[in-house]
Amino acid sequence: MAEIHVIISSCDRNVGIATALRRKPVLVNFTSKLEQTMADEDEVKLFGMWASPYSRRVELALKLKGIPYEYVEEDLSSKSCLLLKYNPVHQKIPVLVHNGKPIAESLVILEYIDETWTNNPILPQDPYDRAMARFWAKFIDEKLLMTTRKASVASGKEKEQAIEEITEQLKLLESELQGKEYFSGPSIGYLDIVASVLVFWFGNLQEALGVDMFTKEKFPIIFGWIGKVAEIDAVEVCRIPKEKHLEYIRTRLEAFKSASK
Amino acid sequence: MADELVLLDFWPSPFGMRVRIALAEKGIKHEYREEDLRNKSALLLQMNPVHKKIPVLIHNGKPVCESLIQVQYIDEVWHDQAPLLPSDPYQRAIARFWADFVDKKIYELGRKIWTTKGEEQEAGKKEFIECLKLLEGELGDKPYFGGENLGYVDVVLVPFYSWFLAYEKCGNFSIEAECPKLIAWAKRCLQKESVSKSLPDQEKVYGFVLQLKKIFGIE
Repeated sequence: MAEIHVIISSCDRNVGIATALRRKPVLVNFTSKLEQTMADEDEVKLFGMWASPYSRRVELALKLKGIPYEYVEEDLSSKSCLLLKYNPVHQKIPVLVHNGKPIAESLVILEYIDETWTNNPILPQDPYDRAMARFWAKFIDEKLLMTTRKASVASGKEKEQAIEEITEQLKLLESELQGKEYFSGPSIGYLDIVASVLVFWFGNLQEALGVDMFTKEKFPIIFGWIGKVAEIDAVEVCRIPKEKHLEYIRTRLEAFKSASK
Repeated sequence: MADELVLLDFWPSPFGMRVRIALAEKGIKHEYREEDLRNKSALLLQMNPVHKKIPVLIHNGKPVCESLIQVQYIDEVWHDQAPLLPSDPYQRAIARFWADFVDKKIYELGRKIWTTKGEEQEAGKKEFIECLKLLEGELGDKPYFGGENLGYVDVVLVPFYSWFLAYEKCGNFSIEAECPKLIAWAKRCLQKESVSKSLPDQEKVYGFVLQLKKIFGIE
């Protein structure tokens, strides 16, 4: 009986089942506990880039679920052979590699994480609520972030128009958040993870562009949400060092301007 | 309580076709309503105020928008009949990846082919074929992307087959010559009633594209 307890407690402390069995070679039928520990021995690697909100959102999901992972920083001007091997179609980060199997596209990765590690679920259970969460995630990626990209490289009237569009898009997000603690409801979830781009990245970008439209006065509900979300420990992983980020944005914009001349 | 399902759609829309196929595969009764996109109904604007686009699936009065989201919703609600997404999380991720790829590439490249000319059109054709070849690679020797049966990626991609004649005529090239495996796959899908009843005739779509070109003054 004592031997069984030792092995079970070894599993609980995540010593590693191989080590535990070497110490106490006892065959006990506790399959589900064994499977749990084997899952804990998963190899999770994330190929990412420090300034990418898509990469940061995957890290946030991993952190919220307490999944240990190895982070590999990619130099996007000189992509590693491994990245090109794991994502030959788009050759982009983030790529999650789970026990050697790659998954690309941040929203696909988030759903994979939720379905594989079922603790602390990030997507709602109800199919309609899931559809709504997916709808707004798509809106953030395909509308807000696309328009933001357009605004970054545009000038004059085109830039003004893009900024107006962003304002309208943020207003829609503001009303989606109305009456809720978080985008996902009473606790942080998938849509908050996708919207985490607003917590640090968005404000940095605004400063780099010399624009002042994303303010507490204009978007009190979103800023209220930012305040709450920023207090969550795991969200610290989304913080992008401001000065470094401003420098990075300015360098990229310069490169873009000289390339288009 | 009987489910009330309404689909707001437009006959040549490949996005609408995806939803039609999913509903048909699962034998789900619904009301189909054709929208005039030059004169959108009050219901459409009310149910999809953000994008004002079709298709919109209205389930017991609640709208679901965006075709990939609608197909997944249908698969989750009516999960017992003809499942479209696999049950394994990794296989699901692969399916979602390729559906996302189709969404990012095929529609825009196809559009480039029928709306442009010269160098721009050539570039569009080249990339379009490259994308189809990547999809052929993913299909491999399987009868369907979903394996032995029609799956999520099949439903997402096959609607574009109804536009292939229009692309070929406007771009003056043969898709079958470059991607015979994909054409064989599409014809296999069309053997299924859920697909053949959801896709319009290629000639009809080509006629529609010619009309659009006239309206927009595209040669």
